[in-house]
Amino acid sequence: MLQLTTPTRTDECEKASGVCQHPGKSDAPALLAERTLSYVEAIREATAQEMARDASVVLFGLDVDDPKAIQGTTKGLVERFGPERVFGTPLSEDAMTGAAIGMALAGLRPIHVHIRMDFLLLAINQLVNVAAKTRYMYGGRASVPLVVRAMIGKSWGQGAQHSQGLHSYFMHVPGIKVAAPSTPHDAKGCLIAAIRDDDPVLFVDHRMCHFQTGPVPEAAYEVLPGKARITVPGDDITIVGISYMQTECLRAAHYLSDVGVRAEVIDPIWLAPLDIDTICDSVERTGRLLVVDTAWTNCGASAEIVARVAERLSGLRDLRLARFGFAPTTCPTSPTLEEMFYPNARTVATQARDLVEGRAMGWIPLERPDLKSIEFKGPF
Amino acid sequence: MMTRLYRELLKIRRAEEEVARAYPTDRIKSPVHLSIGQEAVSVGICWALNPDDIVYGTYRGHALYLARGGDLREMVAELYGKLTGCTRGKGGSMHLIAPERGVMGMSAVVGTTIANAVGHAYAMKVRRQEAIVASFFGDGATEEGVFAESLNFAALKKLPVLFVCENNGYAIHTAQAKRQGSLDLCAKASAFGVPGRSIDGSDIEAIISTARETVNEVRSGQGPRFLEVRTYRWREHVGPNTDFALGYRSEDECSSWIANDVLPRVAARLDQDERRAIEAEVEAEIADAFAFAEASPFPPASELVRDVYKEEAPCCN
Repeated sequence: MLQLTTPTRTDECEKASGVCQHPGKSDAPALLAERTLSYVEAIREATAQEMARDASVVLFGLDVDDPKAIQGTTKGLVERFGPERVFGTPLSEDAMTGAAIGMALAGLRPIHVHIRMDFLLLAINQLVNVAAKTRYMYGGRASVPLVVRAMIGKSWGQGAQHSQGLHSYFMHVPGIKVAAPSTPHDAKGCLIAAIRDDDPVLFVDHRMCHFQTGPVPEAAYEVLPGKARITVPGDDITIVGISYMQTECLRAAHYLSDVGVRAEVIDPIWLAPLDIDTICDSVERTGRLLVVDTAWTNCGASAEIVARVAERLSGLRDLRLARFGFAPTTCPTSPTLEEMFYPNARTVATQARDLVEGRAMGWIPLERPDLKSIEFKGPF
Repeated sequence: MMTRLYRELLKIRRAEEEVARAYPTDRIKSPVHLSIGQEAVSVGICWALNPDDIVYGTYRGHALYLARGGDLREMVAELYGKLTGCTRGKGGSMHLIAPERGVMGMSAVVGTTIANAVGHAYAMKVRRQEAIVASFFGDGATEEGVFAESLNFAALKKLPVLFVCENNGYAIHTAQAKRQGSLDLCAKASAFGVPGRSIDGSDIEAIISTARETVNEVRSGQGPRFLEVRTYRWREHVGPNTDFALGYRSEDECSSWIANDVLPRVAARLDQDERRAIEAEVEAEIADAFAFAEASPFPPASELVRDVYKEEAPCCN
């Protein structure tokens, strides 16, 4: 029987094996599933705990103090910590990012929230030219302990400018770290680690992950940079699922199990620094790698992971490597087109099986209701 | 006052003239944007600041760095790309820093540090600190979106920040009138709720007295203020030479500013012995700084990957 070792998505774990196993390969503390939180609650709890622990932590961004409170992730925080430490900003992503850097240079630990990652393009000068470079270009005499939370949107017609996964832009640049947790447990741990980190961290916060629930310890803990987690063990193929695509890859592993393919699924959790050792160790066993990203494949995180595996393992064993991500188009809004734009569990399973067999099998699994994608019921 | 003023102005002028003299020898390994002709702006404004106040500047930052008391040896060594430079040979002329003197950074991307200064001021306000932040930038920066966004936020939060626009009339080779529909920079600041005043950059005493009044307003919690200081760059945008041959400005235009140079007018107010003593001190200090830079080692290979992150940088991110 397929054994899932993800610490989260309790429902799926229980369906798969009756027992929710917990990770062996992680610095994260062993989990006790005594308490279930949503991803949204996990982010809010991490933020509140760190703000209570450290008076230098401040939180701001468009709408963080409005009634919707960034899908609830910042709800109640202005009441608890006051309007100096929690505030909504003018519509000025560029200057507010620069201001966040200035606050960090002055010794605060700012968290700057963007309700869509697309808006980071307005802030990229400050992030790339200042935040990422400060420690180095000032010879270690200044640092920018900044967290930028940016949410990737998906489905219900989010369209061209509310759907982009731009995390690879930031992976490209030395001096900035990138976290992309897929579960409530890792969301809390990564956010706490990011806040405590003395370098800038982009925290990729996928809208579809918000619907996840799972075990989250109440006490503060860190999920540290550079440690991936094997979420499903297997021998036939390694599937790396980034951010929300981790969920689709876990579902794909069930479809593959139905046809006798034992997939090993890995959640990188942090993209920079990237735990390439865990991925390479797995591919050394399986010989096949499929990297699935919630972004385009060109010059993307999936390209980087495949390239590093190829560099390390070429010539050591036979390899079949592939990337899977957004269609190479702008994100369309019509549901029929949008469905084709994104990878999903069934198309991931198809790609993976073809890679294992070394040819196009013409197989696409019948949809299992118990594995159906979480659908957001709009409107936003 | 005049003694110290002369020493500061002269030190910056002579240090930059020496940079210009050394530049063609290829000993300096960093593009230099000289402040020659504009020294009074940094010296005059910083005159009104306290030691614990903070400044942010631009790639044309030698004058600001030195006016705040940044170490001359470390500046020249930085231009030489030496390990003893103020950023260990990592930032060069355009990214000087001296945190112990409140010099928190300079950017090669126009306008960028305005927002950093505003954020620093926010942190001071949250911490109930009495220090203020002075943000130095040029006339070109007022065209960047970040200028408008930063002034809006500073006014909204009544932040303790003094915006100092060092208006030298040109962005590289393009005059302000070819770039801006309205040349009234104070009116633009005022539109965001930031009161502004314009000062003649050839009048060092006017700069100091206006800066003092304005700094007091900022320090007493009245919110941000804007100062335009009208000045002129004598040399080319980047490099050690003049550039009148390019034809975008005339030598006559520059001559009138040189005729109004602050330095000889301050010098004329000192007695000759005092003046000569200051000049000898400054020359000795500059010679020492260049000798220090010459004698200092280049960074070793281990420096390449140092300070990418707080932890030792992994080989590939």
